[in-house]
Amino acid sequence: MVLADYLQLLSYGIILGSILTLGAIGVSLIFGILGFAHFAHGDLMAVGAYAALTVVVGLNWPIWAAFPFALAATAVVSLVIDQTLYRRLRRTAPVILLISSFGMALILRSVIQLVWGSQDRVYESGIQLPILIGGVAIRPNHIIIVGGSIVLVALLHVFLRHTRMGKAMRAMSDNVDLARISGIDTERVIIWTWILGGALAAAAGIFLAMETRLHPTMGWHMLLPIFAAAILGGIGRPYGAIAGGMVIGIAQEMSTAFWSPAYKPAIAFGLMVLMLIIRPTGLVGARR
Amino acid sequence: MIEVSGFLGYAVFFLSLAGIYGILALGLNVQWGFTGLFNIGIAGFFAVGAYTAAILTTPPSASHLGGYGLPFLAGAGAAMLLSGLLAVAIGLITLNLRTDYLAIATIGIAEIVRLVFKNEAWLTNGVRGIPGISRPWDAGALGYLGVIVAALLLVYLAIERARRSPWGRVLRAIRENEPAAEAAGKNIFRFRLEAFVFGSMIMGLGGALYAHFVGFISPEAFEPLYGTFLIWVMLIAGGSGNNRGALLGAFLIWLVWSATEIFTSRLPAELVTQAGALRVLLIGLLLQVILLLRPEGLLPEHQPKVKPAPQSKE
Repeated sequence: MVLADYLQLLSYGIILGSILTLGAIGVSLIFGILGFAHFAHGDLMAVGAYAALTVVVGLNWPIWAAFPFALAATAVVSLVIDQTLYRRLRRTAPVILLISSFGMALILRSVIQLVWGSQDRVYESGIQLPILIGGVAIRPNHIIIVGGSIVLVALLHVFLRHTRMGKAMRAMSDNVDLARISGIDTERVIIWTWILGGALAAAAGIFLAMETRLHPTMGWHMLLPIFAAAILGGIGRPYGAIAGGMVIGIAQEMSTAFWSPAYKPAIAFGLMVLMLIIRPTGLVGARR
Repeated sequence: MIEVSGFLGYAVFFLSLAGIYGILALGLNVQWGFTGLFNIGIAGFFAVGAYTAAILTTPPSASHLGGYGLPFLAGAGAAMLLSGLLAVAIGLITLNLRTDYLAIATIGIAEIVRLVFKNEAWLTNGVRGIPGISRPWDAGALGYLGVIVAALLLVYLAIERARRSPWGRVLRAIRENEPAAEAAGKNIFRFRLEAFVFGSMIMGLGGALYAHFVGFISPEAFEPLYGTFLIWVMLIAGGSGNNRGALLGAFLIWLVWSATEIFTSRLPAELVTQAGALRVLLIGLLLQVILLLRPEGLLPEHQPKVKPAPQSKE
């Protein structure tokens, strides 16, 4: 392999890293505020991807026009799941929420399969011509994925740093009881957490579908790398998720130079385990 | 050797699988029900047990590792040993971290176990699977049901004894109040590791029994759905912490799952391909309903009677 081949793998890694980052931020936010690992997050990504497909096929719109609708629809879906199910279970132990979200993952996946069938789908058929930059082939979609992720992360940053709700979210993530006694409406914070988490998951799902294809199990297979990214970044820390997503994405793609691509999930897992042994609080440092 | 057919044949088939699921549910009960350890990688331990038994007991084959032709009991013992070793490795890393980390680690290990069995053809013949795993002692279907029931009884009696023992009480103490158990001088990590390994060994035994029951195993059988999700629904529906609840849950949920198959197989042809998804949807909804309406399960855990402390006058 020559340098250009490694750079090509690095570019794939950055693309995958962007997708993982969007998913991992949601997992991290939900963990920080609700205190449980949301196992349906991968399948929420698939919901977003299929919501966009519904608009693309149903209204014959281009994918960029379907994008905001899919984000909104997925935010609504996650909000409905929370209000009908998770909210009632919140009084019990957080681990019950974990079990419930595991079941919800399977429910979402089977609903997708019932509505759309289990065959592979794409938004638009045809091959995009790559542009060669220094021997690295880059397709227009790749620029959209990485650029779109940067924009979304920047928007999230502005929201978390400069709005009242964003500050309330960070406060609640640091200490729920302190946030409550200082007058923060925790139920509203939870609602916003699901809106943000759901929308970011939908964006991740659409980007993933643009890079590969749509399939009912597409989200489930992303669950392990997303959690690995969130743990690597320090679960409960949305900013750490960016670092974690990039590390996992690049490591997974670069590993294909040495190992069978079939073991890509194992790379994510290996890094996660290494992190749990060396520094369980993550790269940025998180609550235990 | 008695061969059975027709309705009786189906009943034997049904009860055999219900028995194997019962063993898996009991294994999960040791981990989750007693100790509060969140293992969602049951499929991984189940698969390690099944493949260990298959590789050790089948006659020589050019397509995968094996040809040891060992007796059934040796294969089952090795299955328990290897599942236990895998549990030690995972447990050492994750058991002193939050529950969520254990959950994520177990789902990861189950996925990697499946990837290895799928891709390492020299070991397992890859996706084509390992055929020709015979039932022990030339047993027929009915005879092998007897073997499964005997194993189930042994596991049940062992776990029930463990539950009543001081060891079992410590596990529940850790689950209910970890700082209090620690203050009482108990080594939390060691007890957790023991419970995790014990439960995983039982799952490995379930895998070995399964391999000899179906006679053919491939990575397909160890998807998270069948290996993990159904068993969780069984334990929660039956009543986690209660061994009889675990068995009742295994039997009832397996009944529901089998009944939905009979129902969906009568669907019009264009819907049959969707039948699998419909069944998963139904079981998923059933789990949510149980969690909402009866989270303690059909047979709740017995709470030991404690004499109320004398009320102090204030």
